[in-house]
Amino acid sequence: MKHTIKELEDIASQIRRDIVRMVHGCQSGHPGASLGCTDFFTALYFEVMNYKTDFTMEGAGEDLFFLSNGHISPVWYSTLAHAGFFDKSELATFRKLDSRLQGHPTTHEHLPGIRIASGSLGQGLSVAIGAALAKRLNGDKSIIFALLGDGELQEGQNWEAAMFAPFNKVDHLIASVDYNGQQIDGPTSKVLALDDLQAKFEAFGWHVINTDGNDMQAIVEGLHYAKTLTGKGKPILNLMSTQMGAGVDYMMGTHKWHGTAPNDEQLAAALAQLPETLGDY
Amino acid sequence: MKKYTYTEKKDTRSGFGAGLHEAGKKNENVVALCADLVGSLKMDAFIKDFPERFTQVGIAEANMIGIAAGMTIGGKIPFTGTFANFSTGRVYDQIRQSVAYSNKNVKICASHAGLTLGEDGATHQILEDIGLMKMLPGMVVINPCDYNQTKAATIAIAEYEGPVYLRFGRPVIPVFTDPDQKFEIGKAWMVNEGTDVTIIATGHMVWKAIEAGEKLAELGIDAEIINIHTIKPLDDEAILKSVKKTGCVVTCEEHNKFGGLGESVARLLTTELPTPQEFVATNDTFGESGTPDQLMSKYGLDAVNIVEAVQKVIGRKK
Ligand SMILES: Cc1ncc(C[n+]2csc(CCOP(=O)(O)OP(=O)(O)O)c2C)c(N)n1
Repeated sequence: MKHTIKELEDIASQIRRDIVRMVHGCQSGHPGASLGCTDFFTALYFEVMNYKTDFTMEGAGEDLFFLSNGHISPVWYSTLAHAGFFDKSELATFRKLDSRLQGHPTTHEHLPGIRIASGSLGQGLSVAIGAALAKRLNGDKSIIFALLGDGELQEGQNWEAAMFAPFNKVDHLIASVDYNGQQIDGPTSKVLALDDLQAKFEAFGWHVINTDGNDMQAIVEGLHYAKTLTGKGKPILNLMSTQMGAGVDYMMGTHKWHGTAPNDEQLAAALAQLPETLGDY
Repeated sequence: MKKYTYTEKKDTRSGFGAGLHEAGKKNENVVALCADLVGSLKMDAFIKDFPERFTQVGIAEANMIGIAAGMTIGGKIPFTGTFANFSTGRVYDQIRQSVAYSNKNVKICASHAGLTLGEDGATHQILEDIGLMKMLPGMVVINPCDYNQTKAATIAIAEYEGPVYLRFGRPVIPVFTDPDQKFEIGKAWMVNEGTDVTIIATGHMVWKAIEAGEKLAELGIDAEIINIHTIKPLDDEAILKSVKKTGCVVTCEEHNKFGGLGESVARLLTTELPTPQEFVATNDTFGESGTPDQLMSKYGLDAVNIVEAVQKVIGRKK
């Protein structure tokens, strides 16, 4: 382990503070699933992935990460800043004019750490597969990580990708699903139920594991375990249960905070629950 | 310059929501579909009164267009709702084959068009949708200018038989057109008669054209302002009549100048009546995050830009 679980939890607490402050600062953006995925991002960037902060687009010899549900950009931006890709002071520009921190991740403004635009849902798994194929052709055994929303899985392109990867033995790929059960119009079970995702992906030929995405120990162990499964002929799917809004009590258990910014009072209430561990931007 | 005032500001998407509700009351064949954006598309009133005529398809726009096309075969008049980007580029071939080429009576209703979507940034701010849609044979393309016009247009397209692309937006803007207007597809609206220049505007740019017209009047320039809400079919007659009088034209749209209203006007004029023209539009660029006002200003879509374009085009008159 590069860090203790306590250290990782402290990093996560700071990232959560950043998320609510960023979204509050521009009065727009998506706090709900950003908070829900904070532990995952922390584990990924501070424990699991091998990468250089001296960013290159190709990332030869590095593990790469692709965010398909681009609206949760706040958690990614904060993670990248704390991991050393750019100065955390830049987080204050989120969603503002002339910022590199666009509402949804983009390569257009050349923010280090980002390799493809996302925001229009349902495209990231295909891109991750493409990057994995290129690594295979290059003889590079690094791992490709991807994160997808659960509602996002309603997009058909995911299932084209889901069929492609096992058939083509794309086995250096670990895709995680943010299984929070929520989307914009309500719980996923009411909008268009995903039903037995594990069975669906297994039927397509994936190796499926289940993790608790809001338990740091569990998510770190789950991702390490997923890494041991790579190179065995199958892509890996991490069905990661999370709570939308995790860490901020009033944002949990509802889809209401999918894309709503807190006001001043709500910000204060959120920050009171999230210790400042690494210094605010 | 005719005086235009407003007492309130509203978003055009709310005009769509109100129009959809009206159309639903008038005709029980009107059905609505949405891809996980019910609140953004203001479909709540329709859903409340006609729950059985509403279909939530989830985040699956391609499936939505296909289902809508299929429902027309049973005599339904489907209105699909999502953001403009996901209503067009995302599903272009589904629209092309199953709607346009098959001539199905689907109304593709697209909110959050253009830069004024704001902070979400370029992935969501489509500036190419008018071009994409107007290139499809048989597709009617409408971009109304305020709440009242959007509501009237929504009701009118329900009564029209054939595929329609209806484009509207997110920001609250002045409501200045007649609440009881009858919307005629393909018929330009004369906003202000003038003699020195023809300003042709669509969508959110119409109010900006009115602001520009007031500034121009102060400079002694008498601008004719025409609202083209229907980009296709274009009201050739109204445009030619005006341009014959004024001898120059400025087109204004919240869209890329490649493929937008301006190019449709240029195509008409270059074949019928070659005329100096200036374009107030985005210039082959993606957008970015920012507030709607900041973006309209940064990308040259403000009243001052229209005034400058008018001064320039008048200078080009022979
Ligand atoms: C193609 C496309 N359609 C619609 C949207 C609008 N949209 C943004 S987030 C979202 C819901 C996503 O649900 P989920 O993947 O479960 O993410 P969560 O709500 O958990 O953040 C929708 C419909 C989009 N960004 N892209």
